[in-house]
Amino acid sequence: MTAISERSGTDASELHPAGQVRRRAPRALAQRMPFWVFTGALALIFIYPLLWTGVASFSPQPGTAQAEGWGVGNYVTLANYQAGIWQYLANSAFMSLLTVLLTVAISLLGGYAFARFDFPGKNVLFLATLAILMVPYATLLIPLYVLLNQVGLANSLVGVSLVLTMFQLPFSLFMMRISFESVPRALDEAARVDGCNSWSVLWRVLVPAVKPGLITVGLFAFLTAWNDFIAPLILITDTNRMTLPLAVANLRVQVQGIVDYGATEAGVVILALPCILLFLILQRHYVRGFMSGALKG
Amino acid sequence: MAFATAARERRRSTMSSRRRSALTGWLYASPLAVFVIVLFILPLGLVLQMSVSDWPLLGGNQGVNFPDNYVNAIDNRFFVDSVIFTLKYTVAATVLLIGLGLGLAMLVQESTRWKGFLRSSFLIPSALGLASASLLFYVLYSPSAGPFADFMERTGITFLGTPTGALWSTVFLIVWRYAGFYMLLMLVGLQGIPDEVYEAARIDGASRWQIFRRVTLPLLRPTFALTVVLCVTGSLLAFEQFYILTKGGPDNSTITVVQLIYNMAFQGQNDLGMAAALSIIVLGALIVINIFQLRAFRSPDEE
Repeated sequence: MTAISERSGTDASELHPAGQVRRRAPRALAQRMPFWVFTGALALIFIYPLLWTGVASFSPQPGTAQAEGWGVGNYVTLANYQAGIWQYLANSAFMSLLTVLLTVAISLLGGYAFARFDFPGKNVLFLATLAILMVPYATLLIPLYVLLNQVGLANSLVGVSLVLTMFQLPFSLFMMRISFESVPRALDEAARVDGCNSWSVLWRVLVPAVKPGLITVGLFAFLTAWNDFIAPLILITDTNRMTLPLAVANLRVQVQGIVDYGATEAGVVILALPCILLFLILQRHYVRGFMSGALKG
Repeated sequence: MAFATAARERRRSTMSSRRRSALTGWLYASPLAVFVIVLFILPLGLVLQMSVSDWPLLGGNQGVNFPDNYVNAIDNRFFVDSVIFTLKYTVAATVLLIGLGLGLAMLVQESTRWKGFLRSSFLIPSALGLASASLLFYVLYSPSAGPFADFMERTGITFLGTPTGALWSTVFLIVWRYAGFYMLLMLVGLQGIPDEVYEAARIDGASRWQIFRRVTLPLLRPTFALTVVLCVTGSLLAFEQFYILTKGGPDNSTITVVQLIYNMAFQGQNDLGMAAALSIIVLGALIVINIFQLRAFRSPDEE
């Protein structure tokens, strides 16, 4: 690692904005120290709040369930809060998985349609889908609240999933369309010659080819749904159907306006853990999602 | 004759196969179309209707109320303050995030193992939800449980106690959460600049600062357009961070426009018509601002 950094690392004197990539002759380790210290400190700023919360959720703290000694007192408080953490976890998991399922299914079929077929209204539909990005969240949630009430999906996790799926469609459709377009058409044609219809071409030939795109779309749908706050805040009123972010935010003020910081820390840990794990495992797909977003510009 | 018939036959068969292909295409696109129409186009129409109707939260449509909804929304005692505050927050967040995003991107541009580690550490916060991040900083900033509790007690400085403190504490949270995201977008932009351009500039004897000013910045124009539009739009619609961190306080100094919409609709006033009117105003303002920004960022030779 040292050898690699020495060859192409920059030192602190190059940190001003003009710091263009420039390879320099290897220099003494001591001269590169300022760079390591500076960047290490920067990295620490980004990691420290996460580490601190993780440690603090187990540490002794007056005014919390874990007043003395180290332990899981805060997590016990969290587990017994109102409907119980398991209920909120189950709500969040159900809502997130349904959103992932819907988003992946719709954008898979839609991306296939846009990349491989010509049909009237194609461009209008594509533009209408992208236009979702232009409209503020709140502008749509107010009429959606009324509409969902009318069709009996008020206060329902399914309703929240439908709404979150809709908000994911611009990115997901775009991602799947470029995924399909990057697969050579010769592949479909060969399968057609072998007697496949469009459905079996999709399943047997194309789905394996666009799998990375599907993983990216699914990952983003999960992270968005798991973390979303506004949609459940507006659409869910029943405490038993709240999602985890909502429950943790409400849990802060328990009795007589006293904030249970310990239980909040535990809640943040439980909220963040799946996201950080998924990020570390699927970092490549995560980065690619942003990259495709950047290509749009 | 036989030739003409065959040609007609063939034309008919390509026509019908094209029609079949169009039908199949529609079939695959239909779930998407249903979602877009029912959950996007329809609500968009409804919000327009609501904005000109008397529409209390529990009562439903009570008839036309135009232009009262719009007048009342603008006359709301928090309207002007929330617009000013939202703009202030947007400028602060955008300048910091774009600048920092570019700085971090240049810092970690080459791929070494140390820089890969740096990149991951800058990115990890963006895996967190905005609500989780806000809750995390709510504890971090707290005067009793946070790591700075002793410091705050000794100096009397609080993070969220004053309007200015609350604004900058929230901006810090947003920078922490999104800097890695903007770094990534800037990295993509930087990678799009060919090495030969730098090479040529160096051969011409340009200094590093000159290369940055005259080569990097102009060539990053499309990236700046994308990132600034994203950041401005996101910041103008800020809600969760203030809802969780400050609840609009202290002294109603940190109410954003979206929070005002939420308050009108679901807290206290319960007036969906007025909230719809305000969100139509926000939508209009957003479209104007984004058209203006895209014009400003268009490269000179496109004009």
